[in-house]
Amino acid sequence: MSESTAGRQTLHFRSTMESVAEIESIAEKMATQAGFDEDETFHITMAVREAAVNAVLHGNEYDPDKQVTAGFEDTGTDLVFTICDQGKGVDPDSLPDPLAAENLLRGTGRGIFLIRSFMDEVHFRQLHPGTELTLIKHRHKAGEPA
Amino acid sequence: MALTIASREVDGVTVLDLSGRITLGEGSVQLREAIRDLIGKGSKNILLNLGDVSYIDSSGLGELVSAFTTSKNQGANLKLLGLTKKVKDVLQLTKLYTVFDIYDDEASAIASYK
Repeated sequence: MSESTAGRQTLHFRSTMESVAEIESIAEKMATQAGFDEDETFHITMAVREAAVNAVLHGNEYDPDKQVTAGFEDTGTDLVFTICDQGKGVDPDSLPDPLAAENLLRGTGRGIFLIRSFMDEVHFRQLHPGTELTLIKHRHKAGEPA
Repeated sequence: MALTIASREVDGVTVLDLSGRITLGEGSVQLREAIRDLIGKGSKNILLNLGDVSYIDSSGLGELVSAFTTSKNQGANLKLLGLTKKVKDVLQLTKLYTVFDIYDDEASAIASYK
């Protein structure tokens, strides 16, 4: 199921890894079409993938009755991705710092850090239930260095 | 592209040639099982050749860390070889570059175990 408004597409996905791959693929295509170089496209794609994995795995916990809703928008100045789950919600400020010495050898906890590192803006909104994550990457103006 | 893993022995070092993606639901489980098998067989020198790994996500990073700590706890020495730019960038960003012993060429990596 999908909804489209001017420049924005919203899609609803099942809570599966196949959905993560679909969301990742759309983000990669958008980044490439927007003219981002290979490294930037990799970063954008990875950030969106991490957000989708969080929604499916940590948010909805693979619950077949819960959906992931993903929005994709190219505003002309920004690429905007929104990923929503229907889980219990997350407090981003409570997440441990993965760069702290005591956390370096942890097997998990790097997803949000990578998202924040690769995108220009990251916003969390609690949906009660669920979390909406908005990822924004600014497009370069002509002649502006990456 | 899913992860493929091929194993070979070079001067007492088990080299795992990884190719593809190390991500949740794809390569992570395969890598974990490959390391577990090697440790179970008593391998002490393990070199992960990541030269053909095109992509790694946070789960894949976690799996590399787990492989490192599992090996260390079992008295084995796990090192990395031939990082692609993408993998190297992510390891540097997450400070994991400081955790692993990393080599650009195989001969140097093999020699480092002696």
